[in-house]
Amino acid sequence: MQSRASLFGGLALLIAAAAAAPFVPPWMLSLATIAFANALVVLGLVVLWRVGLVSFGQALYYCIGAYVVALSARWTGFTDAVALVLIGGIGAGVVAALIGFLLARYREIFFAMLSLALSMILYGVLVKTESLGSTDGFSVETPTFLGYRPHGAALGLTLYWLTLAVDAVAALAVGLYFRSVAGALAAPIRDNEIRVEFLGVSVTGIIHTKVIIAGILGGLGGALAAMSIGHVDPNMAYWTTSGGFVFVTVLAGSGYVAAAFIGSLAFEALRSFAYDVIPQFWQMTLGSALLLTILFLPDGLGSLVTRLKRRRAVKS
Amino acid sequence: MSDAPILDVRNLEKTFGLLVAAHDITVSVPAHQTVGVIGANGAGKTTFINMITGHLTPTKGSIRFEGADITGLPSRDIVRLGISRSFQVAQIFPTLTVFENMAVAAAIAQRKPGLFGNIATPVRSAATDAAADAAIDLFQIGRYRDVVASALPQGVRKLLDIAMAVAGAPRLLLLDEPTSGISIEEKFDLMNVVMAALKTRKITVLFVEHDMEIVATFADRVLAFYDGTVIADGTAHQTLDDPRVQELISGVRLKAGAHA
Repeated sequence: MQSRASLFGGLALLIAAAAAAPFVPPWMLSLATIAFANALVVLGLVVLWRVGLVSFGQALYYCIGAYVVALSARWTGFTDAVALVLIGGIGAGVVAALIGFLLARYREIFFAMLSLALSMILYGVLVKTESLGSTDGFSVETPTFLGYRPHGAALGLTLYWLTLAVDAVAALAVGLYFRSVAGALAAPIRDNEIRVEFLGVSVTGIIHTKVIIAGILGGLGGALAAMSIGHVDPNMAYWTTSGGFVFVTVLAGSGYVAAAFIGSLAFEALRSFAYDVIPQFWQMTLGSALLLTILFLPDGLGSLVTRLKRRRAVKS
Repeated sequence: MSDAPILDVRNLEKTFGLLVAAHDITVSVPAHQTVGVIGANGAGKTTFINMITGHLTPTKGSIRFEGADITGLPSRDIVRLGISRSFQVAQIFPTLTVFENMAVAAAIAQRKPGLFGNIATPVRSAATDAAADAAIDLFQIGRYRDVVASALPQGVRKLLDIAMAVAGAPRLLLLDEPTSGISIEEKFDLMNVVMAALKTRKITVLFVEHDMEIVATFADRVLAFYDGTVIADGTAHQTLDDPRVQELISGVRLKAGAHA
């Protein structure tokens, strides 16, 4: 079965990513942690992308997840990473559920711009809030893990593994969702909303669910990123952050769940490489990469797998 | 079988500002009847269908389906209660194949009840695949099973639209001009397939049609619409022979085909 093959493939990737960690230099590990945290936001964008919606404001949920973690630790002294990640995801999910009543009625550019506007409202509020450090933000307490209090390299390693664990659960859940009626209705809704309504399904309801799923994933990603970076600031809600997530979504494509993670890792690696090698022109390097992707892989990195399969099918 | 009507419409009226699109429509349809609806463009036929299926909310009047008041409910709720419809312009999923179109419709029809039914039901299963293929056979579009819907000929699009509309096992189906856009030679073939399929599924049918020969052939009963209301209601012969209907609606066309 195809689903079993992709499950084992995903599991193999997960084990490889987890096992490689102790042999990797700390800077690379922290890069991978951020990449795999951000991949959750990208996975949420993939959920929306499949139904033909692009959110240019997904950083809203990323920032909410991050600030929920930072503020919980700051105000209550609660530092358990597992619980904080869940709270970050739920917090962003609740906001997405409320915003969804508005967003689910819009499509295309209106959906994109409205989500962008909402994220910039949060940015504006955070910038003006001096008690939260204004544009500088503030630092996040060192997280603990169910009583375990690692420091230094052990902390980085534990955070990395926690991120992988959250990723695995999210990937599995989204994979199952894509196989459900609600998930599989993405292409039909993109094609013809009238027919979907007259089959007895609320299109607004389905899109609202997708906004919530993407919001929860954004919050989880933001929470993990906040702990890994050790600092939060309003830039996490800024439109360039959202743009970065959309960039990775284009790079990854919407065909495969795993592509979100590989695409995110490739993006962070490319960014850090570009920054190291040609610091003056790092944006140009990223821009060129995006251009080449759109020209030669319009369906993203994931489509490489599709092409390989097709070639094999032709041969046999 | 009960004598209670499956559809009972009383004093239905729809106005758009000063325009009266429909008024004083009172119609009662018993189960298993095939009702033809005729009338010139703008006579209120599609408005009538749109009100029954919740696409438009009536300004006045009531619509009862199997005894329950459905006036003003949203379309998706009316569909779930057992009224489905096809469209003058076929409403299908153009990027999916015929089979995929039907499989989606079958999966929706078979989903579990409750708030999370859409998430709790897998989209593909042996049962949905079987239902999709059965519908494709019933509507005789097996040749096109794996063709992407955007590439289908007009007649097959129409059949697919109707096949999807009946996937949820409705008791009442409203067909809005099932033969529009189809060549004259193909119209009868298409209607034969559709009516045979609907008879197999025991579905009560109400269809809008401009071709009087088709109406006379397939309808047990014919409603004639003029200027937003029903001006004649009876068997196909009664309605089509009505002098007002001949004068206002069928006129020349009936004379041409009347003695065929």
